[in-house]
Amino acid sequence: MIGVLALQGDVREHVAALTAAGAQARPVRRPAELDAVDGLVIPGGESTTISKLVDIFELRDPIDKRIADGMPVYGSCAGMIMLAAEVLDGRPDQRGFDGIAMTVRRNAFGRQVDSFEAPVEITGIPGGPLHAVFIRAPWVERVGENVEVLGMVSDGPASGRIVAVRQHNLLATSFHPELTGDPRLHAYFVDLVRTAR
Amino acid sequence: MSETTSPNTATPVVGTARVKRGMAEMLKGGVIMDVVTPEQAKIAEDAGAVAVMALERVPADIRAQGGVSRMSDPDMIDGIINAVSIPVMAKARIGHFVEAQILQSLGVDYVDESEVLTPADYANHIDKWAFTVPFVCGATNLGEALRRITEGAAMIRSKGEAGTGDVSNATTHMRKIRQEIRRLSSLPADELFVAAKELQAPYELVKEIAETGKLPVVLFTAGGIATPADAAMMMQLGAEGVFVGSGIFKSGNPAQRAAAIVKATTFHDDPDVLAKVSRGLGEAMVGINVDDIPQPHRLAERGW
Repeated sequence: MIGVLALQGDVREHVAALTAAGAQARPVRRPAELDAVDGLVIPGGESTTISKLVDIFELRDPIDKRIADGMPVYGSCAGMIMLAAEVLDGRPDQRGFDGIAMTVRRNAFGRQVDSFEAPVEITGIPGGPLHAVFIRAPWVERVGENVEVLGMVSDGPASGRIVAVRQHNLLATSFHPELTGDPRLHAYFVDLVRTAR
Repeated sequence: MSETTSPNTATPVVGTARVKRGMAEMLKGGVIMDVVTPEQAKIAEDAGAVAVMALERVPADIRAQGGVSRMSDPDMIDGIINAVSIPVMAKARIGHFVEAQILQSLGVDYVDESEVLTPADYANHIDKWAFTVPFVCGATNLGEALRRITEGAAMIRSKGEAGTGDVSNATTHMRKIRQEIRRLSSLPADELFVAAKELQAPYELVKEIAETGKLPVVLFTAGGIATPADAAMMMQLGAEGVFVGSGIFKSGNPAQRAAAIVKATTFHDDPDVLAKVSRGLGEAMVGINVDDIPQPHRLAERGW
């Protein structure tokens, strides 16, 4: 069973994508619900809002503890920001989980009028590039030594920017595979959860 | 979602239906708050708003002061864009495509083609496909929602009656839209042609809704929401998120009320949480009963 953190954001799309990838999925809003899942997806949404609600509804410590115990977590967009050790252009009080050793810049590609779609090749996912949807998206500016870069933007003004990373059981993308109907990235994460268990 | 707008090349493409509609998907389960100053915008962001709506006067004041109500001053919108890191929306008058062009040029993240402002065109709405910035539009029923989507709206909000603090019209509109969607889902295929005619909406869109049982864009609620319980009720009725206008900054303790409405929207189906967040909020906005507003002054009836 894989949970989708359901405090705010495109929860339903992630549940549907996980289901399409052959997993059972359910929304998670309470510590007891977190205990019942083997992996967690942090959806797209507004990272400042999610960060606040994680504290208010007392999910921060339980999630940090599960991450320390090796629970696989996948974050898309806002979820990537929530998994970053360091966030640039965020709110001063904005805090993520003890996640991936990376520095992420929030809204790095610009405002909504700059949001875009482009193909992105992902290491470890065969079958051609993923069609990536970037919405007020972050990018990764720096990664620590244990972090594997899985994908970069290949063309246009942001060419070469890092948009997909993995550190052991933690996976993050700047873009939203849940909006495209292509289940490959979610299938990759489902595999990661099965292997970790 | 439409495949026709997807790029076929390696070159990044902006302004597609998918990034416009997708932006609204990211706001789901959240609260969008009307603000008139950068200070209010910061209070909204601190409270956990997913976006702010920058405007010069909240609907309650527009109603009280009367006159023609227009797009806000670009300086004022800039000030709010610079004050917060969350998305900023702004309102253009119905049909006023030049106000929308200006808002796009300012870099707002969403344009609300809004009945709260005085309409600029009593026949046509804005051709929203012509823009890179996405649009949200109000609707009182499914036909109106579908006409707006046909014109390119990437998000719909039920209208309610803005600036009243009376949630009854929001309830009516949300129930109506959901009811009409359920009705379409129950119709045999050969009755969908007439259904499209009755809804005054394109057949293809009507057929899509009959098949999926939902709008192809995100559906929020707006107009008259003043308490955490109001927000939670609208969510239970099927809204995917909430716009709060005058309800926050016309109340006794805006910061606390804003935070409470955010929590109530997330835990809209948990009465224990709702009871907790509804305590000690101070005075709600005074409010006006919709029935006491003369017909010509009802904002929800603007739009066609």
